[in-house]
Amino acid sequence: MSETPESRPARRTPLLVLVWLWVGLPFAYGLYELIRKVVQLFGG
Amino acid sequence: MALGFLDRSHSIAPANWSRWLVPPAALSVHLAIGQVYAWSVFKPPLEEALGLSGTESALPFQLGIVMLGLSAAFGGTLVERNGPRWAMFVSMTCFCSGFLVSALGVALSQYWLVVLGYGVIGGIGLGIGYISPVSTLIKWFPDRPGMATGIAIMGFGGGALIASPWSSQMLESFGGTTSGIATAFLVHGLVYLVFMSMGVLLVRVPAEGWKPAGWNPGDGTAGKMITTAHVSARNAIRTPQFWLLWVILCFNVTAGIGILEKASPMITEFFRETSTPVGAASAAGFVGLLSLTNMLGRFVWSSTSDIVGRKNIYRLYLGVGALLYLVIALTTNTSKLVFVLCAMVILSFYGGGFATVPAYLKDLFGTYQVGAIHGRLLTAWSAAGVLGPLIVNAIADSQEAAGKQGPALYSTSLFIMMGLLIVGFIANELVRPVHPKFHEPSAEQAVGSEKEAR
Repeated sequence: MSETPESRPARRTPLLVLVWLWVGLPFAYGLYELIRKVVQLFGG
Repeated sequence: MALGFLDRSHSIAPANWSRWLVPPAALSVHLAIGQVYAWSVFKPPLEEALGLSGTESALPFQLGIVMLGLSAAFGGTLVERNGPRWAMFVSMTCFCSGFLVSALGVALSQYWLVVLGYGVIGGIGLGIGYISPVSTLIKWFPDRPGMATGIAIMGFGGGALIASPWSSQMLESFGGTTSGIATAFLVHGLVYLVFMSMGVLLVRVPAEGWKPAGWNPGDGTAGKMITTAHVSARNAIRTPQFWLLWVILCFNVTAGIGILEKASPMITEFFRETSTPVGAASAAGFVGLLSLTNMLGRFVWSSTSDIVGRKNIYRLYLGVGALLYLVIALTTNTSKLVFVLCAMVILSFYGGGFATVPAYLKDLFGTYQVGAIHGRLLTAWSAAGVLGPLIVNAIADSQEAAGKQGPALYSTSLFIMMGLLIVGFIANELVRPVHPKFHEPSAEQAVGSEKEAR
């Protein structure tokens, strides 16, 4: 297996932040709504 | 969009591409198609607006799940051949078109269009989308395949968490009339189109010969069970290992669905005669907790399997899962805490079983056509989707008819689930490395024939 195409530290931080936020924010919204419901129903 | 853009050859990553860009691409598809589990939000308004029965309004969902299994099983080879970008594009097109056709159907009060749109067209999008990133993630993360597929498959669980409150809010804003529902479907189709397009644009396959820095294919914890050979999808289904995994997945899912599908009535019935009965609101909270552990189990247990090995993690899912069912059956309604904790752990094993299976397949059959093999294995999910609810509902109904109530309604089902998990445990013990006669003649030839297939 060639060594040349091994991963190197990529300078793509802004893109990484953007795409993880793209999927992370809706996911966080869903999680927040679920936890709110669980807390409300069991604790409140 | 030029079709060439979708071709595998146009999605090969440049040398400095970060592999951490690939999980978000996978998540943008799985978080979207996971919406299917929030279909129930649309049921009451559809029933009211179009005068449907409960069975009729469930039809698009049921057909969608059937189409998911069929398209994953029969489309797997195409996905392997054409690459993840093509697969994600097909998934996006079908899933979003399904919503648009459904919007038209509701607007015209033609319910068959909703069944065709969401169930058939959208269902194809579900199946192709579900398997689209699996083999790509495994190739990018050969050192942590369980974690990588765990992230994506956790996204499928997360999709319903997002869609459920979002769709409810939208229906509240637009109203439950035909025009309100049609507008909600239209917005869903358009928003998911934008959301999923990120995955289509972002996904890359690693260049031939790429490997993570400092990693060697011989590295790993359970070396004997991890092959460096390749098995084609056609040969895989001829091996006992494939069918043992089919039984393991089917029974693990059956046992989980048994609780998941009846969670709310089950907890209510269990504690009806106690000093702390469970009301409808608390039961809904219990269902929410199960969704959370189902989702977290996908990531946590699948990632753990990279350290402890796939066979050992399935020993945990199936062995400890069976013991937890026994605990519930024996303690019945003596402790609410024990009941809730056992159910939560069982559901985390259910999710873990889904998420770990692609890495188990990769260990046994190699990376060559792992996506297609995974697609064929998902027929076990379809079978479990029928089997689990059938067992629990039929037994609960017959016990009720016999005048029983409380935990007695479910005790037989609990022992059956335990038995299924024990059978799954034995099947897991029988899993051995695949016989070399099923291997592709050589790794180079496997890659060569993969190229030819393209």
